[in-house]
Amino acid sequence: MQIDLRTVTIEPQRVAFDHLIRRFGNKPASRYQEGTYDIQAAENLHYRPTWAPDQELYDKGITRIVMRDWYDLKDPRQFFYNTYTLTRARQQDAVEANYKFIEGKGLAGMIAPDLREKALSVLVPLRHVAWGANQNHTFVCGYGYGAAFTQPSIYQALDNLGIAQYLSRIGLMLGGLDTLTQGKEAWIGDPAWQDLRRYVEDCLVTRDPFELFIAQNVALDGLLYPLVYGDMVDGAWASEGGSTIALATQFMSDWFDETRKWVDAVVKTAAAESAANKDVLTGWIASWGERAARALLPVARLGLGDQAEAVMDERRADLAARLAKTGIKL
Amino acid sequence: MDMKAPEKKLGIKEKYRLLTRDLAWQPTYRSEKEIYPYLDYEGIKIHDWDKWEDPFRLTMDAYWKYQGEKERKFYAIIDAHAQNNGHLNITDGRYLSALKIFLQAISPGEYAAHKGFARVGREFAGAGTQVACQMQALDEMRHAQTQIHALSNYNKYYSGFHAFAETRDRIWYTSVARSFFDDSMASGPFEFLIAIGFSFEYVLTNLLFVPFMSGAAYNGDMATVTFGFSAQSDEARHMTLGLECIKFMLEQDPDNLPIVQKWIDKWFWRGFRVLGLVSTMMDYMLPKRVMSWREAWEIYGVENGGALFKDLAFYGIRPPKGWEDAGKAIDHMSHQFMLGFYQWRFGTAFHSWIPSDQDMDWLSQKYPTTFDKYYRPRWDYIKRAEAEGKPFKNFGLAKLCQCCQLPCVFTEPDDASVLCHRQTTHKGEIYHFCSDGCQEIFEDEPEKYVQAWLPMPQLFQDPVNGDLAAWMDWAHLTDGLDNGEYQGSSDQRNFDRWRGLATSNT
Ligand SMILES: [Fe+2]
Ligand SMILES: [Fe+2]
Ligand SMILES: [Zn+2]
Repeated sequence: MQIDLRTVTIEPQRVAFDHLIRRFGNKPASRYQEGTYDIQAAENLHYRPTWAPDQELYDKGITRIVMRDWYDLKDPRQFFYNTYTLTRARQQDAVEANYKFIEGKGLAGMIAPDLREKALSVLVPLRHVAWGANQNHTFVCGYGYGAAFTQPSIYQALDNLGIAQYLSRIGLMLGGLDTLTQGKEAWIGDPAWQDLRRYVEDCLVTRDPFELFIAQNVALDGLLYPLVYGDMVDGAWASEGGSTIALATQFMSDWFDETRKWVDAVVKTAAAESAANKDVLTGWIASWGERAARALLPVARLGLGDQAEAVMDERRADLAARLAKTGIKL
Repeated sequence: MDMKAPEKKLGIKEKYRLLTRDLAWQPTYRSEKEIYPYLDYEGIKIHDWDKWEDPFRLTMDAYWKYQGEKERKFYAIIDAHAQNNGHLNITDGRYLSALKIFLQAISPGEYAAHKGFARVGREFAGAGTQVACQMQALDEMRHAQTQIHALSNYNKYYSGFHAFAETRDRIWYTSVARSFFDDSMASGPFEFLIAIGFSFEYVLTNLLFVPFMSGAAYNGDMATVTFGFSAQSDEARHMTLGLECIKFMLEQDPDNLPIVQKWIDKWFWRGFRVLGLVSTMMDYMLPKRVMSWREAWEIYGVENGGALFKDLAFYGIRPPKGWEDAGKAIDHMSHQFMLGFYQWRFGTAFHSWIPSDQDMDWLSQKYPTTFDKYYRPRWDYIKRAEAEGKPFKNFGLAKLCQCCQLPCVFTEPDDASVLCHRQTTHKGEIYHFCSDGCQEIFEDEPEKYVQAWLPMPQLFQDPVNGDLAAWMDWAHLTDGLDNGEYQGSSDQRNFDRWRGLATSNT
C-alpha cells in the first residue's frame, strides 16, 4: 500500500536508543555506534560452553588484559559492515584495474628474471603467512570481548584472506602454477622460512585473544609490512626496475597504512587503562617482537641481500618509535 | 620475452582451490590437537577435510564487490525512508508490535550467529569449511547491523524499540530466542553448525523471513522489506552451507549418523518453539494479512522441509522426532501464544489487543477446526470482562519451560482441552517442561539445562507487594508507554494523529 503523504513535520519522541544515549548523551547516534555498542549479550547468559566449562559464553577473563569497559576500544575508522565493505569494494576495483593494466601491457614480462624470481620467492610464501593471520584474526573476533574490539577483527581476518588471494594471483600472474607449488615447498621446508612458520604455528595455539592481537598485528605485521612492501617493493625492487610489483601490491601497502591506525588506537587505549595492562602489553610486545624480528631476518635476506641486517634494525627502531606514541616503551 | 597468462588456463574449481584451501598447510611445529582442540569431544569423526565440497566459490574481491553493491542500495532506501517519514506508510500502528519483537528477540540472534561462526571459522580443521564459515560470520554481522539501522528510525517515533539492548538480556520472552542462541554457542562446533546452519537457516529463516518480509511488504513497511530482500542472497548461501555441513558429516563416517540425527531432532524442536513468536506475528499482529501461520507452515514447513528430508533420507536421516507433534500444534500455537501475550501485556515491550470481530472471522476461516471451538470463546470472555470494566490481566506467570523458556501454555498434542505439562527430577530438583520434545532435550544433557537462567518468575508472583515496578525499571520497560493494550497507547495516538496530518488536506 502506498499512501500519498504530504510532507509534514512531526516531532520525534527520542533521538536514539537508550544505551547510546547513556553512553554519548542525548543526541543522534551514528551508524557505527548503533552497529557496535552493546550489541553483544552481556547478562544472564544461559549456559557455560560445553567445550570449555570453566569459561563464560562471552568471557572477559580469557585474556590478561583488563578493561572496565571493552567498548572503549573503538575503531578510529568507525568501520561497520557497510563502510568496511564499500571501502574494500572501491579498493578491489583499483586492484582489478592494476592487474588488467599489468596483463594488458605485458608488464610482467618486462621485469628482469632475477628480480622476478627474487620477488616471487618472498611474496609467494607470504600467502601462507596471510592465511595464518586470517586464522588469528578470526580467533580474536570469535573469543574477544565486545563488538568494538571484535568487529574490526572479522574485517581484518577476511582482509587477510583477500591478501592471501591477491598474493596467490600475483604468483600466478608473474610466475605460474609452479611458482605457488615452489612457494609452498619453501614455506614448509626451506630454512629461510622456518622461524617464521614456527612463529605462525605458535600463534595458532595462543588462546588469549588480546595476546594474539599483539602477536599478529603489532609484533609481526608491524615489521613485516614495512619491510616487504616498503623496503623491498617500493625501495630496492622498484629501483631495480620492478615498479610493476609495486602496482600489483598497492592494496597491501594501503591496507597496512589504514589498519595500523586501528591497531595503534587499540594498544593506546588498553595501555592507558592501567599500569598492569601496560606491563602485560610491554611484555608481549617485547617477547613476540623479538621472535618476529629474528624470524623475518632470513626473509629480509631473500629480498634485500646484504642490506637485511641494517634494514631490520631500522624497522625495529621505527616500530619502537611508533609504539612509544601509544605509551609502550620497549 | 614471452609471458603467458597462466591464470586464465585454470578451471574455476582449481583456481578456487589455490585461493583457499591451498593456503593452509600441515603444521609440524604444533600438533593438530593443540591447534584444533574442540574437534573430537562431540564424537563426530572426520577423516578427510579435503572431501569438503565448497558450497559456493566466492573469493574476497568478488565478495566485496557484490556485497558493496547491495549495501549501497540498502542504505539509499532506508535513508529515503527515514527522510520521508516512511513509517507513516504502514497500514496501522499495531503492525509495530511485530517489529519490536523482531528487534528485541531476533536481531540479537544475528549477532550471536556472527560470533558463533567466527568461532567455528577458526576451530574447524579444513580451510574450505573455515572460509565458508568466516564469510557467514561477516554476513551475520551485516544482518545484525542492517536490522538495527532499518529499525532505528522507528525508535525515534514509537515506543518499545528504545531499550532493545537491555530487554534482550532481561525480559522474559526474549529469553526464548536468547536461550536458543546461547544453547547453540555453548555446544561444540559441529552441533553449532546443525543448530544454526540447519535449524536457524532452514527451519527459522524460511518460516521467519519469507512470511515476515511479505508481511512487511503488505503492510507498507519498506525499511523491513529492504533488509529482508537484501539479506536473501546471503541466506541462500547460508542454507547451502548448512546443508553441505550435514552431508559432509554424514559422508565422513557412519558413526556420525546417530549423533547428527539427535541434533536434528533437538534443533528442529528448539527452532519450532522459537517460531511460536512468528506464528503470533503472522496471525495476530499484521493489520493486513498475507497468509495464516498454518498456510505458511504448509508451504515453507511441510513442502520445503519435506523436500529437505527426502534429500537427507539418502544418508539415513529421518524427519525430526518432533515433526508430528509440530504438525498437531500448528492450528493452536498462535492463539495460545497471543492469549498469553495479551494477559501478560503489562510485562511486554510491545502492545497487544483483543482481535476485532473481522479478525476473529478471518481466524475462524483459516483455522476452521480449532478457532471457534477453543479460542473464540476465550477471546469473547476477555472481551466481556473488558466491557464490564474488569480488564483481564494475569500477574502471575505460568511455569516457564526449563528448555525453551516459554510459559507452559500449550496443550496436549492429542487433546486441545488439556494443558501439556511435563516434569522431571534431577538431583532432587523438579524441572518443568512444555512438551515431550523439551523434556527429552533436557534429559539428554541435564547438566547444561539446569544452568538455564529463568527470567525472574518470582517477581511476577505478587505484584501487589510492590515488586512489579522495580522489575519494570530493571527490565527497562517504561510502564504505560511500552507495554499494555494498543488501544489508547501513545503509539496509537501518535500514529493516528501523524497519519491524519500527512493525509489530510489542510
Ligand atoms: Fe542472518
Ligand atoms: Fe544467515
Ligand atoms: Zn519447552
